[in-house]
Amino acid sequence: MARYILRRIGWTVVLLALVSAVTFVIFYALPSADPAVLRAGRQASPELVAQIRARLGLDDPLVVQYWTYMKDVVLHFDFGFSYQSGESVRAAIVSRLPATISMTVGALVIWLATALPIGVISAIRRRSLLDRVTMTGALLAISAPVYWLALVALYLFASDIGVIPIFDGANTYVGITQDPVQWFASLLLPWLVLAAGFSAFYARLLRANLVEVMGEDYIRTARAKGLPERRVVWRHGVRAAITPIVTVLGLDIGVLLGGSILTESVFNIPGVGRYAYDAIRTADLPAIQGTVLFAAFFIVVANLVVDIAYAFLDPRVRYG
Amino acid sequence: MTAAAPLLRVEDLRVHFDTDDGTVRAVDGISYELQRGRVLGIVGESGSGKSVSSLAIMGLVDGERARISGRVEFGGRDLLALDPEAMRAVRGNEIAMIFQDPLSSLHPFHRVGDQLAEAVRAHRDVSRAQARARALELLELVGIPDARRRMDGYAHELSGGMRQRVMIAMALVNEPALLIADEPTTALDVTVQAQILDLVGRLKDELGMAVVIITHDLGIVAETADEIAVMYAGRIVERAPVARIFSAPEHPYTWGLLASIPRLDAPRGEELVPIPGTPPSLLGLPRGCAFAPRCPYAQPRHHEIDPRAEPVPGDPAHVVACLLEPAQRRRLWAALRTPERA
Repeated sequence: MARYILRRIGWTVVLLALVSAVTFVIFYALPSADPAVLRAGRQASPELVAQIRARLGLDDPLVVQYWTYMKDVVLHFDFGFSYQSGESVRAAIVSRLPATISMTVGALVIWLATALPIGVISAIRRRSLLDRVTMTGALLAISAPVYWLALVALYLFASDIGVIPIFDGANTYVGITQDPVQWFASLLLPWLVLAAGFSAFYARLLRANLVEVMGEDYIRTARAKGLPERRVVWRHGVRAAITPIVTVLGLDIGVLLGGSILTESVFNIPGVGRYAYDAIRTADLPAIQGTVLFAAFFIVVANLVVDIAYAFLDPRVRYG
Repeated sequence: MTAAAPLLRVEDLRVHFDTDDGTVRAVDGISYELQRGRVLGIVGESGSGKSVSSLAIMGLVDGERARISGRVEFGGRDLLALDPEAMRAVRGNEIAMIFQDPLSSLHPFHRVGDQLAEAVRAHRDVSRAQARARALELLELVGIPDARRRMDGYAHELSGGMRQRVMIAMALVNEPALLIADEPTTALDVTVQAQILDLVGRLKDELGMAVVIITHDLGIVAETADEIAVMYAGRIVERAPVARIFSAPEHPYTWGLLASIPRLDAPRGEELVPIPGTPPSLLGLPRGCAFAPRCPYAQPRHHEIDPRAEPVPGDPAHVVACLLEPAQRRRLWAALRTPERA
């Protein structure tokens, strides 16, 4: 097990290096993205642009630039400075992390609290009215793009522009340490929007798994033992059906911790996703690199955690 | 000596499934009795209804799609008339069941000891520790070596034979009066099969329970069963004490089953004789005797008339559903067995 984890961590490092290299190359392949021009502002003189190019090291060969960047990342955990604001990318990401974590955790609670009961009940009462209604609703929720859902939610429910103004709308976010009540109120609508798609997906996934599991021989055994049906479903059925879902769940949490770009942007929540969006819009390479590496880091770590957790959830799995 | 009231009396049990293609008559009117401490072997090909009939007794047939009728009298009650909660109290307590594939029948994620203890606590108001002690006792009884350590292990860590022993221990943990074993040795190695059958036989005597063994292999029940019921297309075509099934079988299908058992004492070069044809689809059974299309002795009228289960003349314990005349059957069987003995 320890050897397995060490090997996985080694691969994690290789993977992150690859991700950073690919981001670097893609950025330079984009024709419109000369950061020096963007940095120089409107109608800048060619001299100024050249000056900026030299200062940012943009005239160096690509390999040299990459090497310089990675050296700082590895040795000093320094992701460089934003071309746009001059702010430290690391500081920028760290300061936006609480908002992203708030988004992720709140949405996670909502989506699990809804997906679990819906998935279980529709699997057990298959083909019932409840099953049909929730599964159709889930299909709609999965199909709806989250930015569209977010805009519709604001249009319908936001306190400033909504038809039925019952939730705080965009631009209302404050940190949890500043005002917990306002923090909660401002995030409720984003949470619901972000959770909708996940909840629907997990409900359908759990239903499909559970339907399959309930046909297994060991469920028949549990019934043959004379266990109450509720125990058969939860302790024997759900226990087995939920295990593969943990894999997907871990990865989704990893992805969301890297920043939910669309939801944060629509609601203007100052999280990592919003930062990434701004960085892309302004071709701010260090910020893009920072957020991409940061997101990739969460995903590979989530992957590792999931694989280790699986060994505990499924006793048949042993890593050598 | 008058016969005591039977432990289990199945009367005209029918299990029909409504499907989009029509009604599947999986079990189509079977009747039998089983006394305490006795062993009944139910023999038949896949799809003959032998498993479904037992699942119906256990109340484990999915009730939404199935229509179940008849009577299943057990200890004076009709199990088919019990409400779900009363039936749950019977399952795993008074009637227990083991299945064909012990690996898929044990939960992969729960410890062996927990799965047994859970069966105890489903029916007894005892502490966790007491339930675990009982579980350990049973694992030792069925001959699991190092049972204390196995309690904390998982099913996949055990061999096939040990898994089936665990299943048996779990089934017997509440000392049921009836054990239903559905193909208990089919998934096991031949050497292990005999061990499991011996174990079931020994525990039957020790605990004084009745046993129903379901199998497709007459050889399996030859030494274990007291009585054998041969099923074909959802019906019992022949039922008799075990010795009579082997010495004086009455139904052509039973003859076919007997001819398809490999024998060590058979002359070298003698071939196994398969039964020609395939079992009929239970959707829209043919008119008349269901075996007639495969029966070498079928006469035109056998395709028209439904055979009824009737006692063999002079032997009330031997019941057969065959349209051939008794005297004719005896001549045919005598002719069949002669070359074998030559």
